[in-house]
Amino acid sequence: MTLRLFVPKDAGALAVGAEEVAAALREAAQAKGVAIEIVRTGSRGLYWLEPMVEVSTPAGRIGFGPVTPADAASVLDAALGQGSHPLSLGLVGEIDWLKRQTRLTFARCGIIDPMSIDDYRANGGFRGLERAVSLGPEAIVEEIVQSGLRGRGGAGFPTGIKWRTVAQTIAPQKYIVCNADEGDSGTFADRMLLEGDPFVLIEGMAIAGIAVGATKGYVYIRSEYPHSVVALNAAIVIAKREGLLGAGIGGSEYHFDLEVRVGAGAYVCGEETAMLESLEGRRGIVRAKPPLPAHKGLFGRPTVINNLISLASVPWILSEGAAAYRDFGMGRSRGTMPIQLAGNIKQGGLFETAFGVTLGELVDDIGGGTFTGRPVRAVQVGGPLGAYFPRALFDTPFDYEAFAARDGLIGHGGIVVFDDTVDMARQARFAMEFCAIESCGKCTPCRIGSTRGVETVDRIIRGDEPAANLAVLEDLCNTMKFGSLCALGGFTPYPVVSAFTHFPEDFGRTPTLQAAE
Amino acid sequence: MAVYEPWDMDRAKRIIAEQAGAEGPALPILHALQETFGCVPEAAVPLVAETLNLSRAEVHGIVTFYHDFRREPAGRHVLKLCRAEACQAAGGDALAERAEKRLGVALGQTTADHRVTLEATYCLGLCATAPSAMLDGRVCGRLDERRLDALLSEAQS
Repeated sequence: MTLRLFVPKDAGALAVGAEEVAAALREAAQAKGVAIEIVRTGSRGLYWLEPMVEVSTPAGRIGFGPVTPADAASVLDAALGQGSHPLSLGLVGEIDWLKRQTRLTFARCGIIDPMSIDDYRANGGFRGLERAVSLGPEAIVEEIVQSGLRGRGGAGFPTGIKWRTVAQTIAPQKYIVCNADEGDSGTFADRMLLEGDPFVLIEGMAIAGIAVGATKGYVYIRSEYPHSVVALNAAIVIAKREGLLGAGIGGSEYHFDLEVRVGAGAYVCGEETAMLESLEGRRGIVRAKPPLPAHKGLFGRPTVINNLISLASVPWILSEGAAAYRDFGMGRSRGTMPIQLAGNIKQGGLFETAFGVTLGELVDDIGGGTFTGRPVRAVQVGGPLGAYFPRALFDTPFDYEAFAARDGLIGHGGIVVFDDTVDMARQARFAMEFCAIESCGKCTPCRIGSTRGVETVDRIIRGDEPAANLAVLEDLCNTMKFGSLCALGGFTPYPVVSAFTHFPEDFGRTPTLQAAE
Repeated sequence: MAVYEPWDMDRAKRIIAEQAGAEGPALPILHALQETFGCVPEAAVPLVAETLNLSRAEVHGIVTFYHDFRREPAGRHVLKLCRAEACQAAGGDALAERAEKRLGVALGQTTADHRVTLEATYCLGLCATAPSAMLDGRVCGRLDERRLDALLSEAQS
């Protein structure tokens, strides 16, 4: 009997040796004369256990990790049922870190062969598309509105409202654009899904196309994700061959085509209007709104531009119903969010759960604190434009409004953990520096303000009139926040202001000011 | 290590023509040119401009806007170190300094023997296995001094 093994091909697993482990397993199997089949999956998202090897048993899949090539032979023995193994994780489905999650969007990631359309179908795939075809455009839009789904890129705009606007705009050509320019540090959910379950995105975009009357979609993937580009392109070829893209998708009357476009290293192209400019072949310069992309988007046509996770959440909503999705979450944040735990963290990875879990639970309990073993001092939530939160704010629930109320944002769901060796003045300086490097240059507060910001933080760090310069910095942050055209200049103040508000001692001030806040 | 072709005007024209039919073809064209020649050569700019009915200044503007497009080919190996927050939190600053010292160049520069180009990148999406790097398209996570030194030796060989 052939032994079925599973080894991730996800870039995060490859970065820690998954390819070498797969090769060592093949070699060990040959040496033992055992027939094995290695299925290359996405990652389960338990990155501290990568490379993770799984073996199919009658009781379910058993995991081992983190496996090195030197462990291959002994892991293979254990997989054959010959004794226990120190790296054994037991039944993967029973691992607490996975059991505590609510995996809707990531239900298949790490489990199926991402290039097998049969695997996808056998695990609930295309049920959403089938229902969408039977419902028709108007009812699909209504379903998304009712689900309460909001943009997972960070802005949190209701997805269904955006779709309705495009659906109601008459035009000879409309587009669906998927924003897979996942540039925020601490985020990798888009990458995991592109590499681990690309058909879910294809299905979500096809449903969006039917809903609004768009026949062409683009997926804009950043060039820093070469593995994702390869994976999605391969999946598109398969989907076309199977009649799930192109003319008459899935035997219906609807047409939908999909194309991958690769970015070129500009962070600002993650901003929706800069992305449209880039897709049209220009510099990624932010456009003024209005007109909204829903009215005049790509090539001046009505365009749905959604984050990858928003689009990938659509098939589940359609197959299980809006009410089932809306039942998860809190307040106006409905459904689940794939939260990404990163940086100096013991148990880093992807944790999909309903909105409402607190920051403290995520960092201390689920993440297990820092891998350096030192105390957690600060966490940055929402990427380079997100605020730094101290432990005092760890009771904040993961929810769009709760973070906004504390001058923060959830962004794309990334949490970067720092221990007590972090210098928050340096982090504030980096926020300004990053904005200066990545500014598109269209508006003055962002283009000039970021450079002046770096200089001002430098003066504070040098001890050059720190109180006066802090006042200048605060004023500059206000100008950027209220005077910038897009979130790059407008949100760069979040990490800067939160750093000097919550960690004044790093800016030459006494911490008592924090209590007076 | 990537191997690139020497500049060839006819080859460039063919590459441009292959992509020119796409909607918004500028980025696909520039990517294809760079994949072939290792950079977007100055001589290619007027060819792209003519095909896309743009001015040379506009094409120059596109090439220089995006961090990825090179005006000159990189060194034989390209080592990208992630310098974004998740990697900073995991000790990336010290590793970047170490790499600069070992190679004798700053981030963004190429060694005098043209073997290694050292670059900063802002996130490879490997933030749960930080600090991370990419050597000629191969990803590497959980970097420490030993793993970084191995990458540097490989790049310098």
